[in-house]
Amino acid sequence: MSSTASSSAKNVPPAVEFRAVEKRYGAGPVILDAFSLAAAPGDFIALIGPSGCGKSTLLKLIAGLSPVTAGALLLGGRAATPERASTGDELAYVFQEPTLLPWLTVAANVALPLELRATPPDRRAELVRTALALVGLEPRAAYYPRQLSGGQKMRVSIARALVLSPQILLLDEPFGALDEMTRDRLNEELLAIRERQSWTAFFVTHSVAEAVFLSNRIVVMSANPGRLHREIRVDLPYPRTPATRRDPAYHALVDEASQLLRSVEDTVAT
Amino acid sequence: MPPRRFLTILLPAFAGALFVAIWIFVRASLSDDFRFLLPAPTEVLAAFRDHGDELWRATLNTAAGATLGFLAAVVVSFLLSLLLSLSPLVRVTFYPYLMLLQMTPIIVFAPILVLWVGAGLQSVTIITFLICFFPLAVNTTQGLVSTDRNLVELFQLYRATKFQEIRRLRIPAALPYFFTGLRIAATLAPIGALVGDYTAGSSAGDGGGLGFQTIIYSSQAKYPALFATAAVCCALGFIFVAGVLSLSWLSLRKWHDSYDRADT
Repeated sequence: MSSTASSSAKNVPPAVEFRAVEKRYGAGPVILDAFSLAAAPGDFIALIGPSGCGKSTLLKLIAGLSPVTAGALLLGGRAATPERASTGDELAYVFQEPTLLPWLTVAANVALPLELRATPPDRRAELVRTALALVGLEPRAAYYPRQLSGGQKMRVSIARALVLSPQILLLDEPFGALDEMTRDRLNEELLAIRERQSWTAFFVTHSVAEAVFLSNRIVVMSANPGRLHREIRVDLPYPRTPATRRDPAYHALVDEASQLLRSVEDTVAT
Repeated sequence: MPPRRFLTILLPAFAGALFVAIWIFVRASLSDDFRFLLPAPTEVLAAFRDHGDELWRATLNTAAGATLGFLAAVVVSFLLSLLLSLSPLVRVTFYPYLMLLQMTPIIVFAPILVLWVGAGLQSVTIITFLICFFPLAVNTTQGLVSTDRNLVELFQLYRATKFQEIRRLRIPAALPYFFTGLRIAATLAPIGALVGDYTAGSSAGDGGGLGFQTIIYSSQAKYPALFATAAVCCALGFIFVAGVLSLSWLSLRKWHDSYDRADT
């Protein structure tokens, strides 16, 4: 039994694999240079680094919003093409802003990805309810975005991303604009959802503490051009709770990542 | 009734009363020879009574021209805006001619129009259309191309078709801009119909509109009736604007920031 499990684990291709990927826009400077990284299914990868290091570009490449210039990008072992995402693995994006349609109710916003894919209405309602329940916003289903707080809007945005049961979840500094209390709570909620769903996450953030709390791998990047500088393994066990933030190992990792990030930013400055 | 609500009724009423008082005072201070220049409010009311039938008929005719021209402008400008929103190239191709249309003085165009389609409702409708068209087309196009970049990316991410993007994203996002254009067009429509009627109207068949009536009253020196005509034009304009404001309120109140949180 155990041998079968380990051999099948070996055969599972990475959820996302970058092979010496280069990215530039037109004749512009190289945004991303010789970037290689393999994310196993279920990995939670935090991306940190100075601005201009190509963190957000990485997400756009995975999402198929923009093609790679050189190298290869594989999703589930197959080359990623713009057409792939509609047929193969579901992929969801959470932007910096909640990016909700203000003229739609919370429920209709969450239903949007389903509607664009012509999911049958009865199935749709059920999926929306489930997604809203995940972020605890069922009672707000009939509200309009402007009636919600910043944190609630972000929860709706997450519910919308989760409604398709994605295999890959891309989050681009989703909690950057929120106050610290709300951010901490949403981090905990995100991990709680992760216990119930299985996705591979790429999470761009400027907060080292957030990166350590959420991820099992932190990728520190350097800028001009964007490169993978170093990777830090975060071996804190899941499920993580507020108590994790009092763990000395957590603090040690935050220190390590902070120093690494500072050294990268100093290189950029000089 | 809360005091604030009370004031919003009382103050305009007071301003109106003050206006009438000044009117009466100015008239009283005029010498007898010049008093005909400014009819008394009672004379204007009497004109409503004496010319009521023809004013009502003329109002209906002008309202018909204004409504038809306005609606045609809404439909055509919307379709054109959709086309213009497709690409910057399409926009630069057509924009100069859209401007040209707006620059052409109606006074010059009216005789040509009469030559082409004949005087009467059809000319009045076309002139109203021309006057309403520009603000509608410009605002709606602006709205259709000003969609939040992030929302467009969201639709791309979910592989929305171009049709879905226009129908579910660009058009609803353009609604506030559309209503801005609609508000401007609503104030212009009755004026357009009036000018149209004045320059290209006809008394044949339907008896003409308010513009035609203006020509008759001024040539007959019926000044109180002219004042009554002006009042009717104002009322018509108010009805148009009130209609558009209600429509805008119905469509936007639930989600747009221009409608206060408090009234949802």
